Amino acid sequence: MMADSARLGVPDPGNAPGPAGAIDRRMRATGGARPRAKQARQAWFFLAPALLLLLVFTFWPVLWGSILAFTEYKIITPPTWVGLQNFEDLLDDPVFFISIKNSLLYLVIVPVIQLGAIVLAVLVNNSLPGIKLFRAAFYMPVVTSVSVVGIMWGWMYNEQGLINAVLQWLHVINEPIGWLSDDRLALFSLMLVTLWRGLGWYMVLYLAALQSIPKDVEEAAVLDGANRWQRFWRVTIPMIMPTILLCTVLSTLSAMKVLEEVLIMTKGGPVSSTYTGLYYAYDQGIRAFNFPRALAASMVVSVFCIGIAWLNFRFLRPRHR
Amino acid sequence: MNAATANLRRRASTTLHYTVLVAVALLCAFPLLWTLSAAIGTEGNVFAFPSSLLPQRVSLANFIEVFRVVDLGRYFFNSIWITFWTVVWTVLVCSLAAYPLARLHFRGRRLVFAVILATLMLPTEINFLVNFITTTHLRLVNTYAGVILPTLAGAIGIFIMKNAFEEIPQDLLDAARVDGASELHIFFRIMLPLALPQIGALVILTTVTSWNNFLWPSVVLTKSNLMPLAVGILELSGTFGSSTRVIAAGAILTVAPALIVFFFAQRFFMRGMEGAIK
Repeated sequence: MMADSARLGVPDPGNAPGPAGAIDRRMRATGGARPRAKQARQAWFFLAPALLLLLVFTFWPVLWGSILAFTEYKIITPPTWVGLQNFEDLLDDPVFFISIKNSLLYLVIVPVIQLGAIVLAVLVNNSLPGIKLFRAAFYMPVVTSVSVVGIMWGWMYNEQGLINAVLQWLHVINEPIGWLSDDRLALFSLMLVTLWRGLGWYMVLYLAALQSIPKDVEEAAVLDGANRWQRFWRVTIPMIMPTILLCTVLSTLSAMKVLEEVLIMTKGGPVSSTYTGLYYAYDQGIRAFNFPRALAASMVVSVFCIGIAWLNFRFLRPRHR
Repeated sequence: MNAATANLRRRASTTLHYTVLVAVALLCAFPLLWTLSAAIGTEGNVFAFPSSLLPQRVSLANFIEVFRVVDLGRYFFNSIWITFWTVVWTVLVCSLAAYPLARLHFRGRRLVFAVILATLMLPTEINFLVNFITTTHLRLVNTYAGVILPTLAGAIGIFIMKNAFEEIPQDLLDAARVDGASELHIFFRIMLPLALPQIGALVILTTVTSWNNFLWPSVVLTKSNLMPLAVGILELSGTFGSSTRVIAAGAILTVAPALIVFFFAQRFFMRGMEGAIK
């Protein structure tokens, strides 16, 4: 406690050493407020802007949103309570079912992105010449604005676009494939974009984890005669398990909440085949101004997110004997 | 196994290693490289493969044309303006909040810290719906303030600054207090100058995030003359008569500033990410 208060710069009455005690006496002498009370007031003064902004733009949305989901509300008039009506409306909307199904289907990218990121992190976890350049190249998609990502991949996927041109040039296909215009393919095409955008981000997290593995652990495994493959599965993977858990949860949540790719590239089409849970909420709220329905839909998505995060923790938590 | 074959094996393994690295790097960079090639080229079918990969006639005509098709200069100005004020206010708001959390003693400090930590677990992606309602009521729709305000107070920024302030020696604060310096004076004259490296990291992270931010600005700004590049570029691609090459030029101008900042400040990203996770 004493060490703690010393670190925090709190004059500790009674046994405070030198300068702190001096301030304490001086403040009393000048007749100011008691230092602790004064410091507390100043602390709240410093915190006020951040707390106010967090309250209005982070906590209020969660609270007010959960209430509005049970009301009828058109912004200009006060909300009226309608109970579960908005949720019943969701159940009557086939597009909502497609949205939830697509959001769940989107989860297939989670293992792909995690495995890819781990492999990339292992590949760049060394000091080969030029390795920093490769790290930067892998991270580039992360610092590219999603609107430009959408435009670029639109060109890649175009019927006359690059991917079809390459495949035709290689004589893999004869007719161009409608990557975004075929309702059976469009969602998978979007998944590839999400994968492309996310790989570098997770790679950096795994790289940090790999670099924190103590050298002697690796060396001991080498001395024991473990080959590369064994070292990867028996040493590396168990050592970075906490990061794997964290990244899996993060990427599961962001896969459930995919929105921008859909908004920019397909707007839910063709024939509602690429609606995701959050795109449905966006579409209902921002385009159709049906905020209660949008918030009800996003609540359903949140419930799925919480459930899936819980499952992740349950099954991926490192087991101790 | 003699030394020669061991050497050969090591070489083969390094070659394979580089081959995989180059292949993945090409996959990551390909869309950007192709867009660049489309933007600086002027002739031929832009989608033809492989001839479109290397532009035959290099010129900056598309970059000039794009300013004629849409008011790209306006978008550029909006992006710079929004990013600049977002960075200034983010650094100020986050470090103001971080100072008492790191160095002052007051009742409720732990609670405040827990509350800020909790924002990382809230489903904030959905906040844009209610935030749109809030900004409508505050009459901030179609204003820069409406774009900037919700992004300022972030747990990550506060944590970066809190860690920075915790490293500053206590003696400096004690000495200042003995001299009768106010907490504000200590904050501006001692804490901020000594936390410059971390402020730099926060500035860079915020610059790139703000410059690339798309969803919230696109929700709160409906007037074209207020949009930042990341939103305006979609107006350009939806404009009748804008060719692929002209849009490509606009796309390059949109991503270039963020990529340049990234390449020059790479280690901040890597370190900032680690700091955010710990």
